[in-house]
Amino acid sequence: MSKHLLRVENIYKSFGDNDVLRGISFHLDKGETKVIVGPSGTGKSTILSLINMLVPPDKGHIYLEDIDITRTRDVHKIRQNIGFVFQDFGLFNHLTAKGNVMIGLTKVKKMGKKEAEEIAMEELRRVGLENFADQYPAQLSGGQKQRVGIARALAMRPKLILFDEPTSALDPELTGEVLNVMRKLATEGMTMLIVTHEMGFARTVADELIFMEDGVILEQGLPEKLFTNPEHPRTREFLFKLTDLYNEGER
Amino acid sequence: MFLGSLLEGLQKTFAIFLANYPALLRGLTVTIYLTIITSIGGIILGTLLALGKIYGNKFISGIVTVFIGLIQGTPLLVQLFVIYYGLPAYGIRLTPITAALISFTINSGAYQAEYLRGSIQSVSSGQLKAALSLGMTRWQGIFYVILPQALRRVIPSWTNEFIYLLKYTSLAYIITAQELMGEARIIASRNYEFFKTYLLVAFIYLLLVLLFTRFFRRIERRFTIPGFEFKR
Ligand SMILES: Nc1ncnc2c1ncn2[C@@H]1O[C@H](COP(=O)(O)OP(=O)(O)O)[C@@H](O)[C@H]1O
Ligand SMILES: [Mg+2]
Repeated sequence: MSKHLLRVENIYKSFGDNDVLRGISFHLDKGETKVIVGPSGTGKSTILSLINMLVPPDKGHIYLEDIDITRTRDVHKIRQNIGFVFQDFGLFNHLTAKGNVMIGLTKVKKMGKKEAEEIAMEELRRVGLENFADQYPAQLSGGQKQRVGIARALAMRPKLILFDEPTSALDPELTGEVLNVMRKLATEGMTMLIVTHEMGFARTVADELIFMEDGVILEQGLPEKLFTNPEHPRTREFLFKLTDLYNEGER
Repeated sequence: MFLGSLLEGLQKTFAIFLANYPALLRGLTVTIYLTIITSIGGIILGTLLALGKIYGNKFISGIVTVFIGLIQGTPLLVQLFVIYYGLPAYGIRLTPITAALISFTINSGAYQAEYLRGSIQSVSSGQLKAALSLGMTRWQGIFYVILPQALRRVIPSWTNEFIYLLKYTSLAYIITAQELMGEARIIASRNYEFFKTYLLVAFIYLLLVLLFTRFFRRIERRFTIPGFEFKR
């Protein structure tokens, strides 16, 4: 009934008397990259958790290709279609880079070991880590860990990947290698919903920017418009502050 | 003078060994058998208890907590007696070895459950979240992601537990299980050389402890992976 890959409709979510999300709606088409920005504590991570079905909404619906994932009982099945890249990487510490990428294929998709290994190597190559396949997370730099995290998500062939501040835990000189991988994915047509403070990246890569504050979307639209001619004074203030803060050129 | 009697004593002790080594070896075999079976049984039971306590519902978690408290709060010997002398009253008659196996497994399981619980809880909750995000079920996440890490972390505790069991299984002689200590008692009651016979047995235990400790250290080193260095 709709052509959107992901539809978030009028979502409300409170934790106790903390009304975190107060009527959030947006959508994502296949191949689109949207970036969510906003002050911390605004509910950005909560939205991603809701889409990943880690918490249920109080009100509203989220549709993935017309399946209402807030009402489904096949949580695990549907999650296979949604990749997640964590701020703190979330790599499995007891597995090598290759093992991390393989485990979803062998245990969730029940794929044979050989096939899984091939796909894992292919995805590691895609993020430039084919030479690090046998390293354990403790032996990798932060940037490399995050690229493994991305490869792990990619290997599941998701319809959509969610990124929650994928470079926030990285030293500044390491953010570039991760952003470059994400930029490449965007041009290859991967559908991505990204929470980030990297304004240079948002401005050049996002098809649309979503500015959130206090549990509502204040403004969404083309990044160029939000950066140069925003409707809302808060948008201008926030984006300028961030851009200033991060002293953005492209990294 | 002193040295002479010491040498003589050692000689006699060795003579006791020579005269009785088939019995001692038999006892030794039983001791090692008890230790290996109960330590493995303890790992399995301990894992189930820890999982029940952490991931079970209120009811299961409550039962496990009470059970662990009961086992840790009562002497091992009492547990051994309850199972060997107490159960026959309910028509359950066990051989001394079986009774020892059961009570040592239960006892060790309760302690190992607590080690493992600590180590499961030290694996970050982000790991389970990452597992779920790949489409794993909660139990898949626990088995493929949480447990492999938690189990690695408790290997040093388990080495200690194995050594404890090696020594504690000597209690089984009291319910007439013919392990090393049991055999030693029979030997001593025949030759009246209590001091030398038990000294000999103490030496054998010591040797076992040293051997197994070395063995486990080697295993630990072999299975060390980066990020899971064994801390003692
Ligand atoms: N599981 C939770 N339980 C209680 N409060 C939560 C939970 N998750 C998030 N919150 C609260 O919701 C608010 C928004 O959090 P979050 O979505 O992480 O914000 P952001 O990612 O934009 O920084 C915060 O006040 C946070 O404390
Ligand atoms: Mg957040």
